Amino acid sequence: MKVKELEEHPTFAAVLPPATSEEYDTTGWRAFKPVVDKEKCTGCLICWVYCPEPAIIRTPDRKIEFDYKHCKGCGICEVECPVKAIKMVKEV
Amino acid sequence: MSYKPIRTLFELPTEENLAPGHRMCSGCGVTVGVRQILLAAPKDVIVVTATGCLEVSTVAYPYTAWRCPWVHVAFENAAAVASGIEAALKALERKGYGKRHPVIAFGGDGGTYDIGIQALSGALERGHRFLYVCYDNEAYMNTGIQRSGGTPYGTWTTTTPFGKVRPGKTEVKKNLMGIVVAHGIPYAATASISHWKDLMNKVRKALSCDGPSFIHLLTPCNRGWRFDPAQTIRIAKLAVETRYFPLYEVENGVYRITVPVPRPKPIEEFIKAQGRLRHLLRPEYADALATFKKQVEDYYSYVEMMTKATSSK
Amino acid sequence: MMVQKLALSGDEAIAYAVKQCDVDLVAAYPITPQTIIVEKISEFVANGEFDGEFIPVESEHSALSTCVGGSLTGARVFTATASQGLALMHEILYAASGLRTPIVMAIVNRALNSPLSIHNDHADMMGSRDCGWIQIYVENVQEAYDRIIFSFKLAEREDVLLPVTVNLDAFFLSHNVESVELIEDGVVKKFLGRPKRKYRLDPDEPYSFGAMAYPWNCFEFKYQQVVAMRNAYKAFDEVEDEFSKISGRKYGKLGKYWTDDADYLMFIMGSSAGTAKYAARLMRQEGLKVGVVSVKLYRPFPEKEILEVLEGKKGIAVMDRSISFGAPTPPLASDIRSVMFANDMKVPMMSFVYGMGGRDFSVQDARNIFEMLMKKDPSEYPKETIYYGVKA
Repeated sequence: MKVKELEEHPTFAAVLPPATSEEYDTTGWRAFKPVVDKEKCTGCLICWVYCPEPAIIRTPDRKIEFDYKHCKGCGICEVECPVKAIKMVKEV
Repeated sequence: MSYKPIRTLFELPTEENLAPGHRMCSGCGVTVGVRQILLAAPKDVIVVTATGCLEVSTVAYPYTAWRCPWVHVAFENAAAVASGIEAALKALERKGYGKRHPVIAFGGDGGTYDIGIQALSGALERGHRFLYVCYDNEAYMNTGIQRSGGTPYGTWTTTTPFGKVRPGKTEVKKNLMGIVVAHGIPYAATASISHWKDLMNKVRKALSCDGPSFIHLLTPCNRGWRFDPAQTIRIAKLAVETRYFPLYEVENGVYRITVPVPRPKPIEEFIKAQGRLRHLLRPEYADALATFKKQVEDYYSYVEMMTKATSSK
Repeated sequence: MMVQKLALSGDEAIAYAVKQCDVDLVAAYPITPQTIIVEKISEFVANGEFDGEFIPVESEHSALSTCVGGSLTGARVFTATASQGLALMHEILYAASGLRTPIVMAIVNRALNSPLSIHNDHADMMGSRDCGWIQIYVENVQEAYDRIIFSFKLAEREDVLLPVTVNLDAFFLSHNVESVELIEDGVVKKFLGRPKRKYRLDPDEPYSFGAMAYPWNCFEFKYQQVVAMRNAYKAFDEVEDEFSKISGRKYGKLGKYWTDDADYLMFIMGSSAGTAKYAARLMRQEGLKVGVVSVKLYRPFPEKEILEVLEGKKGIAVMDRSISFGAPTPPLASDIRSVMFANDMKVPMMSFVYGMGGRDFSVQDARNIFEMLMKKDPSEYPKETIYYGVKA
């Protein structure tokens, strides 16, 4: 883990290498998680462009997947999906 | 201004300069905007951020969410820091020691309307080639929803609570675009995170200028505006559709409404969707509601008037 | 080597040094008595003699902010200010040192408002003395010129990477014209070189600068600055040796004048050290064993050198041109007393505040102070600071 190294050996003037936040897990921030119906999904990317994280991954088949390590469960994607292919389901 | 317009989402890069794992609130409008801006900007951009939500939540040591060079120095000086970067790179390139890169500075409404207005004015006047983005969530959200010069009239904040004698904030939202445009910079525009294509093309246009450019971006804040985080984009859209936040640009002094709203939705739809404004619908605040409405109408007419007045330019 | 001599004011001499240092960015705001520096640099720009960017910003706060941004690109950056301007920069002084930007700033030391005074004292720099910058005071115009070149070399060392202030007294030095020996352009350029900075704003190696730190790691970054200050202390003499090779001049952390066999010493900073030296010279002619210590490096504080020079002295006068209201003694006196106490040394000391708001400090004044030291029994030196010459 890069961040562990950075914690133990503070860098010069707190200068940070890029994108270490990828290691930060926000799973616990969420009460609901988005699930996509791949049949319904048209791959329009509207959910992707409105995601605040980004926690929506564009897949090679021109569809989307969720990055559940970083999704905070805000539900914007469910509201914005033009074909209602995303549902927020309660975390167990 | 020559730039490559964006038509579809598919042409946007998959690699982004903002990484996930930052600690902006769930459903935050700011990072939606920052992502859209960086998706439209060249990859080799250098980003300056004023103190605020975006700064504290994206770079908490040892975590940074930035893939591009990024710097924070203080609250009120993002435009000055950006000036220095731009000017230094210019000198380094001239001397053969380095290369110029596009520079974008992000400041919140507090860091722009209030404490940072002097540094912004200086940088705009001096003509540095950089884009300043004011992400406007209409109050000091990072410190806990205190009013700023960008907070609209009648709004509840923790320093403008509504009560028996006051309807919330008693002063109007400052005309930030008017101030910026008065500097005679090549490009200034308003934008909303709900209108991604409009925003992204404004970013492209702004960065194609050989001089300062400015984008005033509305970024609803579910914590401060009091609404369900899932509604962030809806609220941003309503702000446009009710004429609360007109989308326009000013290119070399010429105003143009980029998203005309010929048949606006009633402003009440925007008001009732948010806890910070909902009290205005109570009978005791009828006068305040009328003032709020009038200000929204006046501002839209002002933009229309400026569009007409500069159309022959 | 052809030595060029010019008659220059302190401010002009600084502008000449900046021009020779291959500076990439100057961002500054005019304030009396620093204005000549920015005017002269503007003249160089207008005549194509200065290749960097000069940014005439809208405030000192922005001046230093612009410098910090510029410096983080790896560029060589200079600014200059005085008094209120330094006070306005205060917030960013800490950012500049925390971000480890090797900026060099000339400070034309001037009183702080209120009452408004454009004249000299050291209240401005002393008010910001804990800001993490290396702080150098100069005695004359030649030294002001030399120290700018010297400071870039010191600041940019990889083991230092700290900003430096070069302090010169308002009017007494800023506007006073003296004969200055200039070093050749090529020699200065070669002396400084262009040290590569490992961390800079560069899309090819994209780092984040200015992170927020939590209580469990903020302390570590502050401690790094402590280490850098220690390194600067060590590096100081090395850089002086290198500088003396190109200039033939060496100043030291302390300027020592008739100190070896002196019984009584005066510790003083800035241009009045010259006045004190002249008084000491006259008194030496009368066989009086007095000497002067000009404290040239104030931060990091030259503890070791101070202890050495104090050895065996009968009494000392510590002269401060600033007041620390409500404190036991003003800054320099506090520092010297603290160094002595920590090292079980007790040289009787008198603390003086002098010359506030540009009040002249004459040869006679220096003599009066030496005489107070000599006439009084050192065991009876007053413990309280003496506000020398004030009409109370």
